[in-house]
Amino acid sequence: MADDPKPAGVSNSGTEKAAAAPPSAGLAGKTTSAAAGKTLTAKPKAKVLDDTSPLMPRRAWLGLSWGAFTAATAGCLAATGRFMFPNVLNEPPQQFTIGFPDEYGDGVDERWKDRFGVWIVRTPFDVVHESPGFYALFSICTHLGCTPNWLSAENKFKCPCHGSGFRPTGINFEGPAPRPLERTRIFMAEDGQITVDKSRKFQSELGQWMDPESFLEV
Amino acid sequence: MAQSETIQPKEGALVRAWNWLTETQIWTSIFRHTAPINDRNRVLVMLSNVFLHLHPVRLKKHGVRLRYTWCMGGLSFFLFLVLTFTGLLLMFYYRPTLEYAYSDIVGLREHVPLGIMREMHRWGAHAMVITVWLHMFRVFMTGSYKPPREFNWNIGVIMLVLTLLLSFTGYLLPWDQLAIWAITVGSNMARATPFLGHEGPGAALLALGDVQLIHAADDARFALLGGTFVGEGALLRFYVLHCVGLPLVIGFLMAVHFWRVRKDGGISGPL
Repeated sequence: MADDPKPAGVSNSGTEKAAAAPPSAGLAGKTTSAAAGKTLTAKPKAKVLDDTSPLMPRRAWLGLSWGAFTAATAGCLAATGRFMFPNVLNEPPQQFTIGFPDEYGDGVDERWKDRFGVWIVRTPFDVVHESPGFYALFSICTHLGCTPNWLSAENKFKCPCHGSGFRPTGINFEGPAPRPLERTRIFMAEDGQITVDKSRKFQSELGQWMDPESFLEV
Repeated sequence: MAQSETIQPKEGALVRAWNWLTETQIWTSIFRHTAPINDRNRVLVMLSNVFLHLHPVRLKKHGVRLRYTWCMGGLSFFLFLVLTFTGLLLMFYYRPTLEYAYSDIVGLREHVPLGIMREMHRWGAHAMVITVWLHMFRVFMTGSYKPPREFNWNIGVIMLVLTLLLSFTGYLLPWDQLAIWAITVGSNMARATPFLGHEGPGAALLALGDVQLIHAADDARFALLGGTFVGEGALLRFYVLHCVGLPLVIGFLMAVHFWRVRKDGGISGPL
């Protein structure tokens, strides 16, 4: 190494690096190419091939590689995230028939509460729709999501978690609940049975109880 | 290295046996240095052990002053070890299914010798939440969050959140009424996540035509519960997170945390 001529303007360390590691001399780029050309006359072709590749420059190739790697990694991460969302759920159906209207008397009916999470209420006169009929209330407290109890003696729904109370209409009147219970879609099926569709909910404070689908006139 | 140093007298069968033992390849491959009887060897003990090297070679005198540190970080780590050990033992008896979860918890008390194991896990968990908070309080009150320790403060804040998440996920596992409704109430907050919760602000904007992209069966709360209510999906997810996912992450961060304490100049001291 000591015999190598040192070109002007090239530092000592640069020459040593190029001489000590011939394969990296070509990789080092333009700044050391002068030194590499002087000290390594044996491999000029490798350098020429690298810099004037017929397809693309090395920088573009590296950029493309990193881009492809990043995209593949992002795709794998997204697929892993999707793994947490199954396509089938073993949960009760959102829509179900609950029998014929004459199976229900006036007032709050609790027979579907455990299985489907709704109360069926038959009323001789609904103040919203001004007619007799059925509506279904979600049995989910609008405060923090507990399940209230129906207290028939006191004619109200009472939540055991924080004491919210609701009238049979679903209107809140005591405790921390900020808004009335929600109603579900309810309609008559072809065979004359009442059908409840929990995938749609109707909120009183948004004026949605006016919607004819939230009430079944009988 | 300093293999020639010998502190034993050179006669007697026991001494000769000791000398033979400490020169075998097995012994010298495990213990790379002689006893920590001088400064150099004491340094070597710390530097050649993957666990000890997380700690500083030298402690400042104030580092062991209880009135200053309260030892709350050390107690938190100790409680984490207790919880890991007792939790591992509980896993031998607990099945995270709707059918068995509650009865297995009762069985831990009624049918298993040393049924206090579950209580140790539960009280240890409460204690760890308290010690982590107090550790944070001490670090704040002594100004130990300031540069160059601001990075470690942030690691600590993440570990505080992980501690609370470990507590939250463990809360569901007994599968009694308290557990189910506490997690119902707690997870309902995720409904209101901006954009990612189906009742959160901005979620209604994410729609393709009439199709809502964010709804009850694919929002942030669903990812947490594995269902639209607290059911078997939630029990299993919380179990896996509680026993594997979160402990792995917090263990990794603890290694960074301890190592960072050493790198930032050891335990902070009075000015």
